[in-house]
Amino acid sequence: MTLNVADAQPAGAPSAPPLLELRGISAAYEQVEVLHKVDLAVPTGKVMAVLGPNGAGKTTMLKVITGLHQPTAGDIYLAGRCVTGAAPVDLARIGLCSIPEGRGVFPNLTVSENLWMATYRGVSRKEIEEKVFPIFPRLEQRRNQAAGTMSGGEQQMLAVARAIATNPAIILLDELSMGLAPLVVDQLYDVVGKIAETGVTVLLVEQFARTALAVADLAAVMSGGRILQVGTPDEIAGDLHSAYLGG
Amino acid sequence: MHEFIILTISGLVTGGIYAITAGGLTLTYTTTGIFNFAHGATGALAAFTYWQLHFDWGWPVWLSLLVVLGVLAPAFGVFLHFAIMRRLEGTSETTRLMVTVAVLLSLLAAVMWIWDPQTPRNVVNFFPGESVDMAGTRVSYHDLITLAVALIVAIGLWVLLRSTRAGVAMRATVDDRNLAVLNGSRPEVPGMLAWATGTMLAAVAGILIAPKLSFAALPLTLLIVNAYAAAVIGRLKSLPWTFVGAMIIGLVTEYGKGYLTETRFPTAGPYLSGLSDSMPVLVLFVAIMLLPTSRLRGHASSRTREISHRPTWTGSLVFAGIVIAGAVVAANSLAAADLFASTRMWGFALIGLSVIPLVGYAGKMSLAQLGFAGIGAICVSHLGEGGNPLGLLWAALICAGIGVLVALPALRLSGIYLALATAAFAVMLDRWIFGLPAFTWGDTKIDLFNSGTLNFERFDWPGIDISSDRAYFIFGAVFFALSSLVVVWIRRGEFGRRLLAMKDSPAACATIGMNHKLTTLTVFGLSAAMAGVGGGILGGAAGTLSPVNFDFTAGLSVLMLMVIAGLTSPGAALFAGIFLGTPLMTNLFPDYAQLTTILIGLNGIALGKNPNGFIAAKIRPEWEPALGRPVVLAGSAAAQLALIVLRFTDVIGNWPFVLGILLAVIGIPAALKIEVMIKAPRTEPEVPEGLSGQPEGLGLNGNRFEAADIEALDKLIALPSLPAAATAAAPSPILPGARHGA
Repeated sequence: MTLNVADAQPAGAPSAPPLLELRGISAAYEQVEVLHKVDLAVPTGKVMAVLGPNGAGKTTMLKVITGLHQPTAGDIYLAGRCVTGAAPVDLARIGLCSIPEGRGVFPNLTVSENLWMATYRGVSRKEIEEKVFPIFPRLEQRRNQAAGTMSGGEQQMLAVARAIATNPAIILLDELSMGLAPLVVDQLYDVVGKIAETGVTVLLVEQFARTALAVADLAAVMSGGRILQVGTPDEIAGDLHSAYLGG
Repeated sequence: MHEFIILTISGLVTGGIYAITAGGLTLTYTTTGIFNFAHGATGALAAFTYWQLHFDWGWPVWLSLLVVLGVLAPAFGVFLHFAIMRRLEGTSETTRLMVTVAVLLSLLAAVMWIWDPQTPRNVVNFFPGESVDMAGTRVSYHDLITLAVALIVAIGLWVLLRSTRAGVAMRATVDDRNLAVLNGSRPEVPGMLAWATGTMLAAVAGILIAPKLSFAALPLTLLIVNAYAAAVIGRLKSLPWTFVGAMIIGLVTEYGKGYLTETRFPTAGPYLSGLSDSMPVLVLFVAIMLLPTSRLRGHASSRTREISHRPTWTGSLVFAGIVIAGAVVAANSLAAADLFASTRMWGFALIGLSVIPLVGYAGKMSLAQLGFAGIGAICVSHLGEGGNPLGLLWAALICAGIGVLVALPALRLSGIYLALATAAFAVMLDRWIFGLPAFTWGDTKIDLFNSGTLNFERFDWPGIDISSDRAYFIFGAVFFALSSLVVVWIRRGEFGRRLLAMKDSPAACATIGMNHKLTTLTVFGLSAAMAGVGGGILGGAAGTLSPVNFDFTAGLSVLMLMVIAGLTSPGAALFAGIFLGTPLMTNLFPDYAQLTTILIGLNGIALGKNPNGFIAAKIRPEWEPALGRPVVLAGSAAAQLALIVLRFTDVIGNWPFVLGILLAVIGIPAALKIEVMIKAPRTEPEVPEGLSGQPEGLGLNGNRFEAADIEALDKLIALPSLPAAATAAAPSPILPGARHGA
């Protein structure tokens, strides 16, 4: 099965099914439940930012979506199809692309080899390099360097590059800004904005609200394993402090 | 000159075989993060299978090779991957290494079981008698094939890992398995391919080298030790350097054999003959010492499933008491022959105990503990003549000194490299030092192993006579019990905390100003001293010992048993002692001499499931609660006491006695459960007001967590209610699908 974005109707239509939808997702680590019946819909072609403090359950939610962690209840729909329980590798191959928390690169592989790992969706190595190197010229300069020896920003660039190279239907980004200089973060989010303009749906998870809200079409606030609020970035920005600080 | 050319060609051929072996090792390490100690044993199994098919059953060469290299070896690799190796995710490097040691021991035992070592067998070269003339020297077709295969393997592996997506995916899976999956790579496929190819290469090397060695399982298995150095020169990842390293080792070994002879060096010759056998491990030691630290990084798991339990004094004292009481009972009920054979168990148990601070607490992998025990035995035999107990003190001091000396160059090493450095030391002792003929140092004549056998007398303690087997058995138990308390004291004290901290995070230790070098040297010295004393106690028990008792593979068995039972438990040392130092298994299964080793191996293979060992995983959770239940303990003790009385009054024999004791011990967990059931409250506690069930059960096992529950819980713990949006039942105005889960 290949995920076809056209399967999902245009966003905004009254009955438009979202490209990604979580219905009543609960998840637990051993006996501790960390997600409590989370419902979330990410409309096709939109950038949705999920904000929230440490321990809110954001990363677990992404792990559940990518299939790395099985939910204890609820279902996940991709382009209207239920994919609950699907293997991460199958989800990746049908177009759900994810950049996990930390540096999403293979440190002992060269830049070029890291990009090669993106070819499992049927895109050729040459196509990937032709697409990615104009966006990130620095990666071309370092194509034969081991990824683990590059700076944090360059590594994150490589992770983003590998993600967009696969022509995904949806990209999940987990804490893209973690441990990076503000300038690098701005650059990376510029790229995310450009990716979104091409119609790719993006679900990004961030602690740094301002950066994420700047590129997002929609935002959700998460705390204590629940989605507390969903709205436009402007609506969310006003109430943010309560999500982070309580009250 | 002619001799030089012959030696060079011979060295290149030997190097070629090492290159094939080291290539396979590097392949599996690069692609799965597992350093496969069983690589040589796999080669031995393949060589014996080839012998069976071609030489015994008369199959044609091509068919035998096709079946072994094309079918059986890759299939065995796939089996290894699925049955064992893929379960090792999230385990420490020690566990991963030990699992492959377990495979080595099982395979070695299986080969010796299937093909009786007493029956002579021969494997001859391919194209026997055929050769070509090169620089005035006849080079056999077999040697040319070996060189060609080595070259093809080196180039082929390099191409596989660098220029194919499958190879890149193999390396990517080791770097970050989850990330590889998120990229659409199926991690099972690269792992399977790596093990299939690695095993096939082991088989190729085994078959090619078989005609050059005496065709027996052990030398073929230990071929791997010679290939370690080549793999280390290639830093376990660079195939070209591995190839170069293998050639250097091949040449050095052959030149050593050719030039370091008695004819050339009449005085030093006898001392140097063992040296040429040790050349590969010397190269390994030198290579590890010379490579920059930054290049010696292995694949370490940042987070493992392994934890170190902090022993309680009560539990440890009960353990020590049980050991002594059990020993007294066993000493008075075992048959004379069994008792004599069993006195050795305390030596092995002490050697096992020496592993705990070093490997279990500090995480420093050492494969040389039995080697240190050998040194200890030498000290006790020479310096404790007439049973002088000071021999044990000398053994401790000398071994501690040598331990520190070995640790000095190894200070910057960790993980697999430390394991290999200590393996090199152990093999050097085994192949060279222990076999040295007598020599004189100043006026002193030194004959380390008395040209083959060390003699011991039982220790002559003032006021205590332990010359009888019974007394020595009890003495060994007391010595072991006290030593186990010392280990517990170390674990509970400041030094123990330092060791654990060093294992958990060397970086954090450095930032808080801990002197990790001093700590490492101390623990190496301490552990070597304990092993040395263990060697002395073993000597006192056995009366005579030879270098075979301290060979490298025997040392692997000790470590293996410790890992199976749990590297941090003194109980594991007792288990190792019973398994290696008593005739238990041979008595139970007299016709299956290799069964003990196979059982050890099979248990080790299951380590991936219980990396903390079976004591922490199974025994402690079941029996430890009994320490707080005097009624249950007293009941079990009374039953055992009654059995002991019945045994000593000859009312019952040994078997009913052992079965009864086992029942009394096994009955403890069952009794605990019954006691809990009796004492359990008959009524369920009250459900707090407003909740639909017990709070700890909400949201679990199908119990729904309703909005009313959240509200009631918040009220119960005096929290303000969640914001309105969190509990609103209406869908969000923005998205039809977006609503929180109330």
